[in-house]
Amino acid sequence: MEALIALWDGAFGSAYAFWSATLVRATPLLLVGLAVALAFRAGVLNIGAEGQLLAGATAATAVALAAASLPRPLVIGAMIIAGVVAGALWAGIAAVLRRRFGVMEVISTIMLNFVALNLVSWVIRGPLQEPLRIYPQSATISASGRWPLLIEGQRLHLGFILAVACAAAAWWVLARTATGFRVRAVGAGTSAAASAGGIDTERTIMGVFLASGALAGLAGASEVGGITWALYEGISPGYGYTAIAVALLARLDARWVAASALFFGALEAGAASMQRRAGVPSVVVQVIVALVVLSVLALARWRAVAAERALVVRAEGL
Amino acid sequence: MDLVLMPFLEAMVRTATPLAFAALGELVAERSGVINIGLEGAIIAGCLGALVASGADSAGVGFAGAAAAGMFMTAIFAFFVVTLRTDQIITGTALTLLGLGATGTIHRLLHETGATRGLPTMASIPVPWLSEIPVIGPALFDQKLPTYALYAFVPLLAWWMQRTHAGLALRATGENPEAARAAGIATQRVRWSAILFSGLMGGLCGGTLVLAQVGSFNEGMSAGRGFIAISIVVLGRWTALGTAGAALVFGAAFALQYTFQALAWPVPYQAFLAFPYILTLVLLASLRGRAAAPAALGA
Repeated sequence: MEALIALWDGAFGSAYAFWSATLVRATPLLLVGLAVALAFRAGVLNIGAEGQLLAGATAATAVALAAASLPRPLVIGAMIIAGVVAGALWAGIAAVLRRRFGVMEVISTIMLNFVALNLVSWVIRGPLQEPLRIYPQSATISASGRWPLLIEGQRLHLGFILAVACAAAAWWVLARTATGFRVRAVGAGTSAAASAGGIDTERTIMGVFLASGALAGLAGASEVGGITWALYEGISPGYGYTAIAVALLARLDARWVAASALFFGALEAGAASMQRRAGVPSVVVQVIVALVVLSVLALARWRAVAAERALVVRAEGL
Repeated sequence: MDLVLMPFLEAMVRTATPLAFAALGELVAERSGVINIGLEGAIIAGCLGALVASGADSAGVGFAGAAAAGMFMTAIFAFFVVTLRTDQIITGTALTLLGLGATGTIHRLLHETGATRGLPTMASIPVPWLSEIPVIGPALFDQKLPTYALYAFVPLLAWWMQRTHAGLALRATGENPEAARAAGIATQRVRWSAILFSGLMGGLCGGTLVLAQVGSFNEGMSAGRGFIAISIVVLGRWTALGTAGAALVFGAAFALQYTFQALAWPVPYQAFLAFPYILTLVLLASLRGRAAAPAALGA
């Protein structure tokens, strides 16, 4: 009970908890959740959002440190571009491996997560290490690379606006455009989309893969610019994996991804306070994430079975 | 040269051992037509199971605990993908997250009460005569018990899969479940058993890591071995002997880091830590033919 109260207080108990903990954690979750939802919609099982996020964070840090003397809007713009491009390129490796060599993206994206972790481990002890060369982290980025805050005295930053804009854009593209139709058609069945719909499925899958990586890379840039102001190991507490639950709970619908990112953001924020106050380890969030995914799968399955039965009953009635 | 080569060969066989356990488990699951992406969750559960069970201070009990923990995880997986018929990939991913999260949570709760400690690891047992063969002798025959268990198990599994009725039922289920069912094979039961077996072997992989090699539990210590095991099965062309050989290739990839550390090459050590994962990508890319895969895999 004490743990649950701590969970609630940490997520919604005060204005600070909501604006500076819950929404701050919901921001990267919204972006990576969109990345996973978009990919899954096209049947691309990108479970490497974690690595793509790290690639984006690394590139954004490098750019912010290199361009520190430029005007602030330029630096921030460059960080966003760097994050997006790096995330897309990291996903692009898996995309090319799938397209040219038939490598399952489930395996390749996971392997690339481990490679990205080691890449970060190296750059923060090598080329990007802080000037004193004592701590395994990058130098702190200067004021020109720090993203503007949205509310005085709260931690919520520009990344939140970008994430919400991306959610709106993703919903609009998927639901209202020809591109979105192609993505959904490919996800529903590649051979039918290719033969009946005349869709270049390979190109669609490639595009979705890159866009998915770009969203995850943007999440990495947003964490560095808005929250941590430096690169270090553990910059992401597994956001890329939580993203899978965020996307599935939202049933891969961009509008609902926003709601489920808020839910998991509150959970992450609450879990941190639960650990501080009640001694419940915050990794319990991963357990909840897994249970959510399993429940969603079971529910979807039961619904499908019920629908089949209803069909049989109707057919027998005829 | 011997100072470099012999430790390398020894490390290769040592690091290949847990990989081979996991990969042979995955092999059996895949031959039944189920891709168990949740193997990673079974491995980490096995790690913690070994730690908890070895409180009775016998390695045998530790391995039993590891096997039970691995089987528990895959029982959940089997219930979802066989009984409920959910998507294998997404269910497996969830099981991996569940394993990593639950073991982390339990371990931290145990740690608070001071229950965690370093364990003595099993001793190497040199085989008389054989371990004195030059160069390869110590690598192959001065190892710990789990490695020797595999020497006996791999040919046994190869024989069982190819020459027994049960092995045929397993392969038939993976190639064409409808035809297998028509022939009177209880395909659901075959898949349940195959998945449970993969959990048993995944658990033993974790048990080997903790009881024979590391001597303690660290969060996330499975370090992607479940996913590497899946790649090993592909590289081994879905046969028992091929899988064992492919496990040695990946053992070599992991062992390289010790060798390069010993040689003090001016290359960042992270490059060697990342090497097995990069090798996985390269090997999977160069083995594009899926012709050897069970026809009904993943369906």
